Amino acid sequence: MTSDTTAPLLDIQDLHVSVGDREILRGVDLTINEGETHVLLGPNGGGKSTLLNTIVGMPGYRVTQGRVLFKGVDLAELEVDERARLGIGIAFQRPPAVRGVKLRQMLEVAARGELDDEAIATLDEELNLGHMLARDVNMGFSGGEAKRSEMAQLLAQMPDLALFDEPESGVDLDNIAVVGGAMNALLKGEGRISERRRSGLIITHTGHILEFVNADVAHVLYNGRLACKGNPLDLIDEISSHGYDACVECKLCQTLS
Amino acid sequence: MSDTQLSPSAIARLEEIRIAAESAIDKQAALGPDVDITRFKTVSEQQKIDSLESLEKQVKETVIHSGFMADESDRSASYFQMDRTPIYERVQKAFDDAIEIMSTEDALRLWPEEMLEKYWWRAVMPDKDKYTALVALHQTEGYFIRVKAGRKVEKPIQACLFVSESNVSQNVHNIIIVEDGAEANVITGCNVHVDVKEGLHAGISEFYVGKGAKLTFTMVHNWAEDFSVRPRTGVIVDDDGVYINNYVLLTPVKSIQSFPVAKLEGTNSTAVFNSIVYGLKDSHIDLGSEAQLIGEGSRSEAVARTVSLDESVVYSRGRLIGRTNDCKAHLDCRGIVQSPNSTQWAIPDLASEGAPGAELSHEAAISPIAAEEIYYLMTRGLPKDEAVSMITRGFVNIDIPGLPDVLRKQIDKAIEETSKEAM
Ligand SMILES: Nc1ncnc2c1ncn2[C@@H]1O[C@H](COP(=O)(O)OP(=O)(O)OP(=O)(O)O)[C@@H](O)[C@H]1O
Ligand SMILES: [Mg+2]
Repeated sequence: MTSDTTAPLLDIQDLHVSVGDREILRGVDLTINEGETHVLLGPNGGGKSTLLNTIVGMPGYRVTQGRVLFKGVDLAELEVDERARLGIGIAFQRPPAVRGVKLRQMLEVAARGELDDEAIATLDEELNLGHMLARDVNMGFSGGEAKRSEMAQLLAQMPDLALFDEPESGVDLDNIAVVGGAMNALLKGEGRISERRRSGLIITHTGHILEFVNADVAHVLYNGRLACKGNPLDLIDEISSHGYDACVECKLCQTLS
Repeated sequence: MSDTQLSPSAIARLEEIRIAAESAIDKQAALGPDVDITRFKTVSEQQKIDSLESLEKQVKETVIHSGFMADESDRSASYFQMDRTPIYERVQKAFDDAIEIMSTEDALRLWPEEMLEKYWWRAVMPDKDKYTALVALHQTEGYFIRVKAGRKVEKPIQACLFVSESNVSQNVHNIIIVEDGAEANVITGCNVHVDVKEGLHAGISEFYVGKGAKLTFTMVHNWAEDFSVRPRTGVIVDDDGVYINNYVLLTPVKSIQSFPVAKLEGTNSTAVFNSIVYGLKDSHIDLGSEAQLIGEGSRSEAVARTVSLDESVVYSRGRLIGRTNDCKAHLDCRGIVQSPNSTQWAIPDLASEGAPGAELSHEAAISPIAAEEIYYLMTRGLPKDEAVSMITRGFVNIDIPGLPDVLRKQIDKAIEETSKEAM
């Protein structure tokens, strides 16, 4: 594996992805550099989760054209677990319940076994995990609990690129701050030894999470492509007043080819 | 035993047992492949030993897999039977006045009237089938354990039935009595010497759980590939009594068929059956349990987890019979078939016999581990085989009370090995 320090952390080139026989992504181009946080907007069913699932390598998402490079490595060559160990992490929109596997075990797995009781206590405090730690992961977790559990797993993993699929949906106002705090800790490395800044890609509909996390740029996934990009808060404002159809035509968007 | 000092009723009872057994000696069992019992000679006599430490190294290593420790510091009492001889029986000092442990034949010699009246073939019928008949007519010892009223013995009592020869049948008759208000945790292992191939183990177990008493009975089977195993177990639970049965099978066996029956006669009595079964090689495994909810307020739960590989055939049965209005019971059996040549049956069976208020339910499922779950673990960096083994471990990792650490580790190890094999 070659890793070129000048290359972008994530480089998606002309990505076409089909689920079953439906083409969902039709030529996505996206570059995320080290330390950058991007936002992904777009209508329901537009393919945002599909893009994230493709990056992590979930089965059923078939790349028919184009490629995804991470640290200069073509991800097509790597299994899901290898991508994770290379530094990609994800907080799922709807994570599956796994009977018999405890959240605590998931944290240990994510940290590659390097998680002592103190580290778990810190995560517990940060994300208010409480009784969830000893429960089967996601089994009967409330919507907000599932999001905090996903966030805890990402914090345990500390990936170089963190993918957040609607981290705030279904989360109450108090807990948005908790989730947002965790995302910040991850992305900005606050209070952590590592100096290197991590990168993030956040899917959001409301943008509420952006009150807690600074993002550099937002993209709108529309008709299978990234139709425009711009300042995250401005774009969300525009979309909420005029809708996606108008947004992708508007002046706020930096024009794309 | 000479019949001369016995009362006429005791003599009549022995005669009754003999006649019943003789009538059933050719009677095939309702379940499981038939075993030709005439092919085996009975097990031989062995030398007694003074200390478990003097057991052959290989024997010690074998029995540890079923939780039997030669070092007795974590045990309150031990019974070790080699072939037909109880070679070692000891109660640790601290429990001297709480536990009696000996062979059932010794118990019958010591207290013939009491045994015959209350415990000897009272929970299992001698004419149930040819295996019960075989034991009734050609018994080769078995353990007798009694925990005295009110004594709560936390440290496990251990019993091991060991077979060291091939082509024999070990026909044991075990009795456990937990008197009123007493508690006991019994771990039994049935093992065969590594060199043993063919053989038969016919084991009758009659357990009596007194008022407010509790018996946790954990059995780990460690058989040989050509061994046939036919345990017959009956449990009678009195008022407020609790019976917990844990069963673990992690090694190949030719065939095993077992269907313990708990009669919850007492008011508010409870029976819980937990089982973890690995079907390996060409094992034929037919396991289940029956709870008869007779006493008002009786409760029962059966949880079975089965993983089958290779060419194994596994039947997982469960029967709940409600005979009183106020009773409640649930069956939960789940299986994973990990080989295209393996077969699993899940057969839950519920009956309410004139008990309109009985609440009986079951959940039975046979399905693979969902790919979605495997990939979820992989996104955290775990390789596929490790993800499968972690989920499988979680699947069988039911909360088993009283399971010693060594067994927990043993189970984990077996799962680790088998799930690698299944990849
Ligand atoms: N595993 C799958 N199986 C079948 N269809 C799928 C699968 N994953 C995605 N799709 C389909 O692909 C399309 C895009 O779905 P995706 O989940 O990526 O949308 P999204 O942009 O994340 O939407 P939302 O905002 O509602 O979460 C949808 O029509 C969806 O039904
Ligand atoms: Mg989505």
